[in-house]
Amino acid sequence: MGLILALVVQGIQMLLVVALAPLLVGITRKVKSRLTRRRGAPLVQPYRDILRLMRKEVVLADNASWLFRVIPYMIFAATWVAAALVPTFATGLQFSWTADLIAIVALLGSARFFLALAGMDVGTSFGGIGSSRETMFASMAEPAMMLTVFSLALIAGSTQLSTVAEYMASPQVGLRVSLGMALVALVIVAITENARVPVDNPATHLELTMVHEAMVLEYSGRHLAMIELAAALKLLLYVSLIGCVFFPWGIAGSDDGLAGHLLGAALYGAKLVVAGVLLAVFETSIAKMRVFRVPNFVGVALMLALLGTLLLFVSRSL
Amino acid sequence: MRQSAGIVSIAARQFRTGPLPGASVTRGEWAALSRDLASGSLDLLSLWADRGGVLMALLHQGSRRIGIARLVVRDRAFPSVGLVHAPAQRLERAAAELFGLAAEGATDSRPWLDHGRWGLRHPLAGKAGATPAEAPTEPMPDAVAADYPFLPVHGDSLHQVAVGPVHAGTIEPGHFRFTVQGETVVRLEARLGYTHKGTDALMTGATVARGAELAGRTSGDSTVAYAWAFAQAVEAALAAPVPARAFWLRALMAELERLANHLGDVGAICNDAAFAMMLAQCSVLREQVLRACDRCFGHRMMRDCVVPGGVARDLDGDAHGVLRNLLETIRDALPALTALYDGTASLLDRTVGTGRLDPALARRFGAGGYVGRASGRDFDTRRDLPYAPYDMLKLEVPRRSDGDVNARVWIRIEEIGQSLSLISQILAQMPQGPVRADLPAADEPCEGLGLVEGFRGDVLISVALDGDGRIARCHMRDPSWFQWPLLEAVIEGNIIADFPLCNKSFNCSYSGHDL
Repeated sequence: MGLILALVVQGIQMLLVVALAPLLVGITRKVKSRLTRRRGAPLVQPYRDILRLMRKEVVLADNASWLFRVIPYMIFAATWVAAALVPTFATGLQFSWTADLIAIVALLGSARFFLALAGMDVGTSFGGIGSSRETMFASMAEPAMMLTVFSLALIAGSTQLSTVAEYMASPQVGLRVSLGMALVALVIVAITENARVPVDNPATHLELTMVHEAMVLEYSGRHLAMIELAAALKLLLYVSLIGCVFFPWGIAGSDDGLAGHLLGAALYGAKLVVAGVLLAVFETSIAKMRVFRVPNFVGVALMLALLGTLLLFVSRSL
Repeated sequence: MRQSAGIVSIAARQFRTGPLPGASVTRGEWAALSRDLASGSLDLLSLWADRGGVLMALLHQGSRRIGIARLVVRDRAFPSVGLVHAPAQRLERAAAELFGLAAEGATDSRPWLDHGRWGLRHPLAGKAGATPAEAPTEPMPDAVAADYPFLPVHGDSLHQVAVGPVHAGTIEPGHFRFTVQGETVVRLEARLGYTHKGTDALMTGATVARGAELAGRTSGDSTVAYAWAFAQAVEAALAAPVPARAFWLRALMAELERLANHLGDVGAICNDAAFAMMLAQCSVLREQVLRACDRCFGHRMMRDCVVPGGVARDLDGDAHGVLRNLLETIRDALPALTALYDGTASLLDRTVGTGRLDPALARRFGAGGYVGRASGRDFDTRRDLPYAPYDMLKLEVPRRSDGDVNARVWIRIEEIGQSLSLISQILAQMPQGPVRADLPAADEPCEGLGLVEGFRGDVLISVALDGDGRIARCHMRDPSWFQWPLLEAVIEGNIIADFPLCNKSFNCSYSGHDL
């Protein structure tokens, strides 16, 4: 009985991330619209977009390889698994032992690798430009992410996210300089990885400035739907990750009852809304940076994460 | 220069009010004029062909005089001006393929507007009274049309990026061929002509009223400037009397058009750097301008409001109030917008130093409008070749010398201020009276020139009427003819991701250029 219940909770978590991911995108778009004096599309518009794309036919380039066709599903699968592993409303789920931070980084890394391949598959110049830019950014963002993971692991004594989250929720963690640095680093990595302003512009129609959009320019129909959903999942993943590590308030433990889980879910929803609003406000108040400035920007994350890790070697209490 | 002084001697008040005394030149004089252009003592205003020859409109900046030189063409060939003066090249290519002429010695003989999809060749050559031999009219062979060789680029690890003519956004079509090394642009070459509508052919034989409509549809965002320039040309050719109030109303419309376009573009430039706030705020203001235009003139873009002989309708009783309210709204909002632009470091980081246009190049190409003025070219038709009512208004022409995207944005912001000032002067000083007079009939063939400052720069229209008062030839030169080549120069050495910013800060016309 306990096992069935645990599986149900785990199943809810997996479905929850897919169900909520487009909503987070919808919230961000809505707030951005309101901030720029527009009414904006309804919150459910991203769901409608995905449904619409699912129903449309797929237009493939003549020289698209089999890889081009399977990559959207691979990206979606890898991102979904990664997003489902991150504790959202509860820790200690059935599969939480797999929720290793390094595994999550690796899953996202492979998704990016395949997306970059897809960008170059058809051979149009925009895809190539997008892939090369994406790889350039990733070469800085991935190490920054790894170093952040190390900081967290040194503090919590584990790379397992569930354990990290439980430790962070406990009073023994205290206020640490290295955590502050890790938070800033992780936010910068999240902005870069999710192709948000100032690194990339998710709303642009200018082929020459695109990064993420340039790689997926040749996709259509259900393929594009998969990629859009994966992109939304990735955003949700980073928000959940930052939420469960740095703001773990209300997250339900494995021995909490139904009330605890419901409270956790409600607070998780609130965290998503706050994150969506903050992202929109940030994006509205800043212009996109030059492509070659991005490595400096992500470099700040790398340096902060490195500094945070080093501080922990100097003193366990920093 | 001695030869050209005789030809380039028409003062503004002469060609503004009367028919054009076109000077027929010999091949030697034509070559001398080309040399004067190359040496920089003259600016090229336009180059075009008609049934019997090729014509050049020239400007002498120092004396503010202009001249029209006409060379009678024999054997379908004329000495190339583009050979020594690059700004003439594309005009020459267009003139050559429309009339089936050849520019002798031209370095670039590729077709320009003709993409082989017209179903005929040299569309204007066969019209009434064509020169010696009838030009061949069968379409360009597909092989020739498909094989458009872009200029070669040599070097290591270069690759090409082809953009357009179909873009990811809803914008006009144009093809841009970038040769890049990594992200750095080594060369950009544009290929235009996708929006060719055959306006020149439609104009030939049209009535003046029809011509005015066609002129107003050449480039939608400059419809007032085009209609005014066309009206000027026709009125000058016929020496037609125009009621004074009509001039003031035209200026009012022209400034409203400038206001709307500059507001829209300032926002759009910032939006290309993903700074959506500026676009949102500017779009609100632009919309208010357009609604005021709709309210006062019955059309948001004021199309068909300027007609030869005057304007189509007068302001009604409330219009002054509507416009004064509009001025007040924009005056209130502008300082905050300027501060937002100037105070956003991330935005300035994108615009300052990006897409720098060398002042020498701007001068050589005679770049009009904000493109020239941001690169130190101190020229504005409204002030330097004045026409009513600008000769009675106070106008300061802004000028900068840094020539980057930021400078072009600032010129536009300052021009918005000037337009606001002009509109309030116009509202205060506008005389009463009729707004339209009938055009006198044409008894004999005559020619007139119109030169109006549109928001992009000087729009030149030359109209030749035949004895029945129909249009024998109408040539319209958009300021973009001299700005497109500069855009190619500006992007060199910049990164490819900055092209949209540079492009938007130029905002050249496709439709006005492709005709």
